[in-house]
Amino acid sequence: MATEANGAETGGLVFHPMDQFIVKPLFGDGPIGMFTLTNATLWLALTVLAVVALMVLGTSRRAIVPTRSQSVGELAYGFVYKMVEDVTGKDGVKYFPYIMSLFMFVVMANFLGLLPMSFATTSHFAVTVVLALAVFLTVTVLGFIKNGVGFLGLFWVSSAPLALRPVLAIIELISYFVRPVSHSIRLAGNVMAGHAVIKVFAGFAALAVISPLSIVAITAMYGLEILVAFIQAYVFTILTCVYLKDALHPGH
Amino acid sequence: MATETHSAAGNGLADAAGVDGHELATAGPGMPQLDFSTWGNQIFWLLVALVVIYFVLSRVALPRIAAVLAERHGTITNDIARADDLKRQATEAEAAYEQALKDARAEAQAISQRTRDEIKVQVAEATAEADARIAVKSGEADKAVADIRATAMENVEVVAKDTAEALVAALGGSADATAISDAVNNRMKG
Amino acid sequence: MEGELAHIGAGLAAIGSGAAAIGVGNVAGNFLAGALRNPSAAAGQTATLFIGIAFAEALGIFSFLVALLLMFAV
Repeated sequence: MATEANGAETGGLVFHPMDQFIVKPLFGDGPIGMFTLTNATLWLALTVLAVVALMVLGTSRRAIVPTRSQSVGELAYGFVYKMVEDVTGKDGVKYFPYIMSLFMFVVMANFLGLLPMSFATTSHFAVTVVLALAVFLTVTVLGFIKNGVGFLGLFWVSSAPLALRPVLAIIELISYFVRPVSHSIRLAGNVMAGHAVIKVFAGFAALAVISPLSIVAITAMYGLEILVAFIQAYVFTILTCVYLKDALHPGH
Repeated sequence: MATETHSAAGNGLADAAGVDGHELATAGPGMPQLDFSTWGNQIFWLLVALVVIYFVLSRVALPRIAAVLAERHGTITNDIARADDLKRQATEAEAAYEQALKDARAEAQAISQRTRDEIKVQVAEATAEADARIAVKSGEADKAVADIRATAMENVEVVAKDTAEALVAALGGSADATAISDAVNNRMKG
Repeated sequence: MEGELAHIGAGLAAIGSGAAAIGVGNVAGNFLAGALRNPSAAAGQTATLFIGIAFAEALGIFSFLVALLLMFAV
């Protein structure tokens, strides 16, 4: 590995920014099969537990005057509900549980991934590609079910001059199929970039002279990462809403 | 469980190079994200997690929160309605109070007006009576004065006649009483 | 030799992150300028703002990804 050579040359300054993303079996050291319990599995399970704790246990008292956790759950509910309603309109509201599940999973996984020594599940393309493909396939199938062949009107820009329309159709088609790619890489890339940068700064801390600066930088990056964790979940969700709107109302 | 990952990660740091080297030799890419041998595992567990979250949210959590929000909305609406009702009642009570106050004031004014009128009437009656009495009294007094004046005139006449007789007698003349009386009467008239 | 070239390429690819920063700054700055002119319309456009920032940032993330691939996967 190239970094190891670097580390050997500079003496003591060793960077392994990507090691935190290695998927390892929880028990033993064997190969990773389909059903092996790995650290990724653990943190996926913790994400599920966190979502359940917030949305089910937190609201179990059904209080009119909410407790702290209940009001956080209600806040998340209202936030996503308003987003779905604003972007997709009234007829998109029945897909709200689906979008809410995506949002809660992504936001919880992002925040849990920020805990020290944790494993950021959303930094893996395996996870985000599945999420993005789930959205892409659902939206495409839904578009054809709701609008039939009329869904192809999404690519036929009727407001453009007739001569330009075939060209635009090709561009629209390409951009439509790039959607899941950018959708997934944006999320994983942001999370991975933040974690890797923090790790690089942490690597600098090995030198006593710059370690205070490195700690300050890590703290600043951590603050930024908290922001990014939420914003990326928000962006992922609102893009899902936008795609859903395209499927429900394909006219431009 | 967290401590397990902790120690696992700790060990990982120590022998990452070795394990990584092996994996590199076998799997190729250095980015763990592109180690496709772990994708099947991750995707499987991710789908499990997503399905669990979806069912928990759509079956339990979201209906419950929706119910709580609706209930709260209802409670708030009811409370606002009740507050409006109370406010309306208060306004009505205030209006009634104002009305009563106005009535009382008007009545008081009427009473005082009536009293004033009665007093005026009484005063007028008393004045009239007093005037009448005064008139009677002054009439009597006038008559008395006239009587007194008349008697005084008569007395003056008598005195004047006596005096005239006495004067005539003293001057050595003799005059009969009738002539003297006529002369005195003439003087007194004129 | 190839490894060194890959590192140089990774550094070049990282320039894209700076370009994405310019793009995100453009989006946010123009949004702010517009929002200050018409504050009442700004609240309804925050979603659009975030979508715009996300699109601009995604391209920077792509270049970052290319840099990572050159560093670790080539």
